Parts: sequence; structure tokens; C-alpha cells
Amino acid sequence: MTQPEDNKRAASHQPGDPNTTGHTWDGIEEFDNPMPRWWLWTFYATIIWGVIYTIAYPAWPLVSSATAGVLGWSTRGDVASEIVAAEEANAEINARLAAIKMEDIAEDADLRNYAVSSGAAVFRTWCAQCHGSGAAGAVGYPNLLDDAWLWGGDIENIHLTIAHGIRNEEDPDARYSEMPAFGRDEILTPEEIDQAVNYVMSLSGTPQDAAQVEAGSVVFADNCASCHTEDATGDPEQGAPNLADALWLYGGDYDTLTETVNNSRFGVMPSWSNRLTEAQIRAVATYVHQLGGGE
Amino acid sequence: MNDPQPAPSLYAAREPIFPRRVSGTFRNLKWIILAVTLGIYYLTPWIRWDRGPSLPDQAVLLDMANRRFYFFWIEIWPHEFYFVAGLLIMAGLGLFLFTSALGRVWCGYACPQTVWTDLFILVERWIEGDRNARLRLHRQKKMDLRKARLRLTKWVVWLLIGLATGGAWVFYFADAPTLARDLITGQAHPIAYTTMAILTATTFFFGGFAREQICIYACPWPRIQAAMMDEDTLVVGYRDWRGEPRGKGKRTADSELGDCIDCMACVNVCPVGIDIRDGQQMECITCALCIDACDDMMEKIGKPRGLIDYMALSDEANARAGKPPRNIWKHILRPRTIMYTSLWSLVGVGLLFALFIRSDIDLTVAPVRNPTFVTLSDGSIRNTYDVRLRNKHGDDRPFLVTVKGDPAMQVELEGVPEGSVTVPANTALLQRVYIVTPKDAAPSAQANTPVRIWVEDLTNGDRAHKDTTFNGRGN
Repeated sequence: MTQPEDNKRAASHQPGDPNTTGHTWDGIEEFDNPMPRWWLWTFYATIIWGVIYTIAYPAWPLVSSATAGVLGWSTRGDVASEIVAAEEANAEINARLAAIKMEDIAEDADLRNYAVSSGAAVFRTWCAQCHGSGAAGAVGYPNLLDDAWLWGGDIENIHLTIAHGIRNEEDPDARYSEMPAFGRDEILTPEEIDQAVNYVMSLSGTPQDAAQVEAGSVVFADNCASCHTEDATGDPEQGAPNLADALWLYGGDYDTLTETVNNSRFGVMPSWSNRLTEAQIRAVATYVHQLGGGE
Repeated sequence: MNDPQPAPSLYAAREPIFPRRVSGTFRNLKWIILAVTLGIYYLTPWIRWDRGPSLPDQAVLLDMANRRFYFFWIEIWPHEFYFVAGLLIMAGLGLFLFTSALGRVWCGYACPQTVWTDLFILVERWIEGDRNARLRLHRQKKMDLRKARLRLTKWVVWLLIGLATGGAWVFYFADAPTLARDLITGQAHPIAYTTMAILTATTFFFGGFAREQICIYACPWPRIQAAMMDEDTLVVGYRDWRGEPRGKGKRTADSELGDCIDCMACVNVCPVGIDIRDGQQMECITCALCIDACDDMMEKIGKPRGLIDYMALSDEANARAGKPPRNIWKHILRPRTIMYTSLWSLVGVGLLFALFIRSDIDLTVAPVRNPTFVTLSDGSIRNTYDVRLRNKHGDDRPFLVTVKGDPAMQVELEGVPEGSVTVPANTALLQRVYIVTPKDAAPSAQANTPVRIWVEDLTNGDRAHKDTTFNGRGN
């Protein structure tokens, strides 16, 4: 950029033309044209608008908060009113869901779709902490995707488990059973426990010492079969797991099984009937039932 | 130093422009383009197109609620939005092509701002008279009964045009006859009324009052298109070597005056208020009305037409030397325009190809990765896939889902005992699909195995597939 000299002025520049800014590039000068006046008014209008806006809406920062605005608008208020609106919009279908027989939900496509979507939201809010966001569980927290169920995997049983929980003290209707701590309470000797563990491991196909297994089968029949049944396939009435399948809640290796038999396990699930509505419980039961393992 | 001068005002009020009526080739062309483009805009929503009972019968419809775009026989789903992107790219390249060949031909003939402004000026002329009458009315300070009546009539007609403009716009987004009835009975959605109100106001204001201010100050396109133009681009220009020195009065044999008789016809018809004889100007939208005005005058004084004309700046030197201009096609056909045309055609052919190969059924597969696989009680491995099945037909269709990968793979559909699922008409159904392999099968042990999921429309045998992966234990 150079300052123009009179003899370098562009030929097109004529007397009466607007002034130039003084900028010259390769002999091309920049006119200093006035801006349109409406543009100025638009600019003033935006300033006025800005002032009104900061009065009407939350704007000026203060020490620990900001001015609230005379309209009283807030994002929190928006969310609250949206939640109320959503609840009102869903009130009718929630009432229908709470009233229908559990096994009939699947017959009603609209109701089932609603139950699955809203159940997924309930699951992610209340259940995912233990069972995982994908419902795959963790050690001690059952995987809800597979086909093994401690307390039964049909929709009624899933509903009952969610509504009242397992082994909790808050709900008298909670599912309850207790495995004896065979080692800690000295019901079995360490040798007998060793034999029983060997027998249980053999049931799911791991090769074990034949003599130990033979002895263990006797220990099992005398001490374990009353709950886990004689063929060790478990009893959902008592929450006794199937010991003959490929799945383990706490682990199927020797050390873990010895620990389980010695000290027992006491998995607890809260009761949800006092925290969630019946429609929410039915929704999450429907959701869990259709994750792939439902019976 | 110079004497101190009064500082010039930083802001200037708009100088009102009162374009005079003109007739001629380009004016007629502009009337035709105005009629055709406005006709297309106002009438398109009312064209019907039968698509069967469960689909809308409006030929062009942007169905936002159901996320469908209908264009005659074409139906665009959200995942096919690349068609819209492709059309926008073609529109952009087309604009480049036309600008590099013919200058601001879009601005001068087809831009909605130009078309509606033309219509508004036409109304203004009908009600208030031609340029001189309008000037008189403008200079008349006193608002008497006549001026009030004329102004009011004009504004009401403008508002009605604005209302029709906003009204036509909303008809593209809903069934036009139904919406028209709802609008009149006051039952339409508030968004429809708001949209109409905004478009009515902008049409009224932009066409009636802002006019050339939009082109000069608001529109970015005049700035961009300078990059599209070069010395071979056809622009509207003034042959100063023929016209100058301009002057009124009789041309005698020894007169030095050029052909320009300084009648100001070209200035009086100009909708952006410039004098084309000053040379190329940013404000010029190349509407070519000055050509019509000047040709008319040249004919009257018995001179050849074309004192103001479409010309390429590269011809100027030849013309000054008295040589004839080059053939117009030599200007238009040059590497730049040929390249724009090729790119434009390439995108167009690509879109046509995509249009012809797309099928009426489709699927997307999202493998569930949380967890990557599930071990079942018998030790078998199960993978889960969220499969979205799309049925673009107007009737319900049974879709059969199969897999091709390892022979040990078994397919199960959640909640569907048989292998096929009915997908309702014109919807995408989310279906969870399981693939299970026995404990000892190869895919169970491997970390991952490629698998192809097929769907078949059992009514006509159409097939579609997607490739994905089966995750095993990986030991």
C-alpha cells in the first residue's frame, strides 16, 4: 500500500466522484463511499434490541449468578415444563401399560414399542450402574442378555424381580434364599469342599480327577442337590443357579468356586416398586425381556 | 496542504429510483422468464401425482414430519440426502458456468429479488403511472387524498403479492388443498402462519422498498461472481468509441459528435440507478433494459443498434481499431466454461446413475458392540445386530433375513419366530437380528469372522445386503 500521488490517480477518477480512502493497489484506488443510512438504523436497532434482550433474559454476570431477566426464563424451567408436557402426553399410554396383563403387552404393537423405548430409558437411569449400559452385567451382577435366569426369565418373573428386588431388607416381598457358608460355618470339611468343587467343574465339561469327582458327587447329592437339583441344573424358584451350563455369575474356576462354597454369596438387588411407577417397572421388564434372553 | 474541507457524511440516504417503462427484445425475454418462474413457483404445489393409497399425492412435497422428499416419481429418504447435496452442487456449478459465459445473467433475469422487484415495479406503474408521474408523486410533499389513495392501493396490492408468495411457500411442506382449507378456516399450524407472515413481510419490504439495496449491500453473490468473470465474459457495456463525444443536436457532416445523443434513456430505465456509459460497475445486474432503451432510440434516429450491447471486453481493442468482433461462440466456448460444463455433467451423470441403481428395499446394519458378544448357557456365541429394514413400496412387504458367512451361523430375529418379518409400507423397521454359532464352531473361537446379511423381499425377490463382522471369543 502506498500513498497516492496526484499524477498516479486512476484515469477513471473524475471530479465530483466520492473521495478515495487513499489506498492504492496497482493503480486501483478504493472509493470512500458513504454507507447506506438504513444500515446505520439497522445497527441502532440491534443495539436497542440488545439492551431490551439483556433486560428480558438472563444476561449480566454477577458475583455468584447472573441477572435473571424480567421474563423469568431459564433453561431449567424449559426442561421442567418439557418434562411435565412429556409426562402429560404419556399419561394415557402409561395408564394402559399399568393396567394390561403382562403377557398381553407383546400383542399390542404400539404398547410394546412404547414399553421398550421408555424401558430402555429407565434401564439406563436406574439399572445400568450394576448391570451395565448394554445389560451385559459384570462379576456378581447377572448378564441380562443371555438365556440363563436365576429367578426365571419369563416376563412375569422379570417383573416380580424388578418390583421387589432380591434379598433386600426394605421389601418383605423381595425374593429370598440363602446359600449356607459351607466352609466358614464348618458344615463341610475342606476335603469335601474340594471334592464338591471338582464335581461341579466336571459338570460343565472341564476334565477333573475321576476319584475326586466320584467323591464330590456324593457330597453334592447330600448337601447341594436340595437347591441346585440332582442334575445341578438349578431351581429358579429358589434362585439357585444352574451349575451345569457354561455361565458363571462369580466365575467358574477352582479358586472362585471354592470361595463361593466356603463363604457363600449373597447378591442383593433393591426393590423398585417404591421408587418407580408400575408403568415404569413394566416398561423396563418388557425392555429386559426382549434383550435376547427372555423366555 | 489542502484547504480544510467539510467532512463528507459517512452515511447516505437511499436515492429512490423510478425506472421508466421500456419495450424490446430483452424486456420481452424478461417478461417470459418472470411468467414462467412465478408460474412454476405458485402452481407446482398444486400438481397431483398418484403414489398409491398410503403415500401423499402431491407431486413436489417436503414432508418434514415423516422425513420424506417427494419429487414426482422420485422419493428421497433422509439417508439419500446426497441427492439434494448433488443437486445443490449442480446448481452452484451451473451458476459458475452461466456467470463465466454470460456475466450476471442470474441476477438480471432469474434471481427472485429481480423477478419480484420487476413484478412490484409493474404494479407500481399500473397504479401510479410511468416514471414521470411517479417522480411527480414522489416530489409532492403534501399527502393529499389522491396520493394517499395511490400509495394505499399500491401497498395493498404489494401485500397481496407478498401473501401469495408466503402462501405458496408453505404449500411445499404440506398437502396443498388441505393446508389451504386449514389456513382459511384458521386451523393450520402456527408455524404455517408465522412462515407466511415472515415471507409476506420480506417480499413486501424487499420488492417494494429495498430493491437494489439488497443487490448492492446484502447479497454476497455479486462479490463472489467477480471471480467467475474474465475478459471473454459477455457483459452489458457501452461502445464509447462509437458514442463519444456524446451530445444533443443535429449531426452534420463536419460534426465531431458520436452516436450518443445523451437522451438519458439508458439511465431512466435502469432499475439500479446507474449510468452504463460510465463503464463496468458493481451495481449493474445486467438486466439489459438499457440495451432495449438505446436500441429503440437508435432506430428512431436512424443509427444502427448496439451502442449499448452485450459485449466481451476482449473485443474492445479490435472494435476501437474498426475490426469486427469475434464470433460469440468463440467467447462462450473456452476452457473455463468447458470445464464447468464437464464438472456439471459429471455430477449430473453420477446422480442419474445413483438414481437408477437405487433399490426399493434397503438395509443398514449396526452391530451391537456393548457387549461385542454374549455367551449362552450351552457355550454358544451370539452376536446382535440392529438392522434397519427399509420398505420404500406403497404396501407392506415380508422381508426374509439370511446370512452368508460360516455354515455354522444360525439367524434368529427378536420377537419373530419365522425368518421373515413384515415391514409396513414406506417405513424403516428396526429389527434386532441375532447370529448364533455353536461353542466349538470356528467363528465362536476366532476373534472375528466376516459375515454378509441379506434381505429378500418375498413378494418380488428383490435382494439387498450389507457386510459386517461376527465377533467370537478370540482364543
